[in-house]
Amino acid sequence: MIRDITIGQYYPAESPIHRLDPRVKIVCTLLFLISLFIQNSLLGYVIATLFLGCVIHFSKVPVKYIAKGLKPIVILLLFTVVMNLLLTRGGETLVHFGIITITENGLRTSVFMAIRLIYLVAGSSIMTFTTTPNGLTDGLEKLLHPLNRLNVPVHEVAMIMSIALRFIPILLEETDKIMKAQMARGADFESGNIIQRAKAMIPILVPLFISAFRRANDLAMAMEARCYHGGEGRTKMKPLRYKGRDKMAYIFTLIYIVVIFMVGRFVPFKLWVF
Amino acid sequence: MEMIHSEKLVYEYDKRDEEGNVIGTNRAIDGVDIDVAPGSFVAVLGHNGSGKSTLAKHMNAILVPTGGTIWVDGKDTKDPAELWNVRQTAGMVFQNPDNQIIGTVVEEDVGFGPENLGVPTDEIWKRVEDSLRSVGMLEYRKASPNKLSGGQKQRVAIAGVIAMEPKCIVLDEPTAMLDPNGRREVIQAVEKLREEKNVTVILITHYMEEVIDADQVFVMDDGHIVMHGTPREIFSRVDELKVYRMDVPQVTMLAEELRKRGLDLPRGILRREELVEALCRLR
Ligand SMILES: Nc1ncnc2c1ncn2[C@@H]1O[C@H](COP(=O)(O)OP(=O)(O)OP(=O)(O)O)[C@@H](O)[C@H]1O
Ligand SMILES: [Mg+2]
Repeated sequence: MIRDITIGQYYPAESPIHRLDPRVKIVCTLLFLISLFIQNSLLGYVIATLFLGCVIHFSKVPVKYIAKGLKPIVILLLFTVVMNLLLTRGGETLVHFGIITITENGLRTSVFMAIRLIYLVAGSSIMTFTTTPNGLTDGLEKLLHPLNRLNVPVHEVAMIMSIALRFIPILLEETDKIMKAQMARGADFESGNIIQRAKAMIPILVPLFISAFRRANDLAMAMEARCYHGGEGRTKMKPLRYKGRDKMAYIFTLIYIVVIFMVGRFVPFKLWVF
Repeated sequence: MEMIHSEKLVYEYDKRDEEGNVIGTNRAIDGVDIDVAPGSFVAVLGHNGSGKSTLAKHMNAILVPTGGTIWVDGKDTKDPAELWNVRQTAGMVFQNPDNQIIGTVVEEDVGFGPENLGVPTDEIWKRVEDSLRSVGMLEYRKASPNKLSGGQKQRVAIAGVIAMEPKCIVLDEPTAMLDPNGRREVIQAVEKLREEKNVTVILITHYMEEVIDADQVFVMDDGHIVMHGTPREIFSRVDELKVYRMDVPQVTMLAEELRKRGLDLPRGILRREELVEALCRLR
């Protein structure tokens, strides 16, 4: 069950999106995330959906796979939707039943909030699915390179991130193993109240942390053995160079952003068809 | 010049109490003299805790001796100016395949070493392809290491070391966590490397079958080198090996038992064919 978490994992495929420069993907993902928040109209969401749909289609990542990545946020999603539904006031009252009041505004906000959240996760997972963690960190490193002058250890941070991403699946698998081992010894993770359940997690976390530290130690040694000594004097196997298609992608995203911005600005909020 | 040469090598780990204060030392290596000729295949055997890994880590300057000296291709590992040279000369493959793969794609992992050495991009690609081919993993170059079997992961780790073009490769129980199939894959890959690239191989192992092709065998016990010779010499001293809690290959064991029962077999039989031949000659 725990292996279902797919956020942050690379999905190997040959696609135009996979081939894009990681910097393009990082910047465009950011722009897309921003675009979700600068407008709030039906038309805007239609455009965002088209954009995201296009990207997903070209990326060759199966929609099912992306949907799987949404699983961990289901609870957050439900919570947001319910809260917005019940607490937002304004507009026509649609349902009134005891203490529950659902208004038109509430419905709209909760639906849009849900869409935003889903697109947020889907958009960023498209980035991680189509970019190897090494690519991502290379991209980040290069984008953030100017911060080096402010004594921010950009290379180190990038390296830490890429290693964290590499070890997510391994640690998840390990958690699964430890859980099964503890369950075989009669541990019970399912029953009891929240505090009891949290206490039941301790026998999982302690061995997990111990093994994570051991792994970190081993890995540090393996890296040193392979002459790793920070970013200085290091060359790149896959150096980042913008190509024609990267410029195209930037232009495409820019057009999208401008359109969305215009829609947010000039199309009346009330384009809400029921 | 010897590939690896050590004189009175000593290493002491600090013993610490609960608070992390040093309360004493634990001598893991105690006066080891070792000589490894270039291009040779050397095996190191020893019971758990006998100091094999500690010795291996000295060949790559991960540990620096607390006493004595070790030279790798003529370079003193204590010399900080030679640190990266030493590490490039002697590559190291560790036991746990998961904890030594840094990249999330096979080829990126193999490229990690050359990147650190500052090798130009085109050359990195060439080396990556070449080393993946020589361990038979070229078709997996775009795969994620997490999806590989243990034996395949170890072969990727070996390719990662080969891509740094070392003169010598030290393998610390590379097959300990593998099934028999994975073990065979890894050992075959190492053999092929020896033939093709003429690298010096130092193999630390618990499996006696992996040792029989070695040029030299060292047996360690409690930080000392207690036996040293060709596999045939070592495995003909079955009783002595038992003292150091070591096994011998099954065939050797069988021949030894038969010899004790009065059959006129030579000592130090290593392979099944040899035993068959010797038995046939008896009639
Ligand atoms: N990091 C460490 N800190 C303190 N003592 C250590 C450390 N690593 C090893 N030792 C001690 O040094 C001695 C030799 O250990 P080493 O790991 O070299 O043995 P080994 O022959 O590789 O054993 P194994 O077959 O189990 O891998 C042991 O007594 C061990 O307890
Ligand atoms: Mg060891």
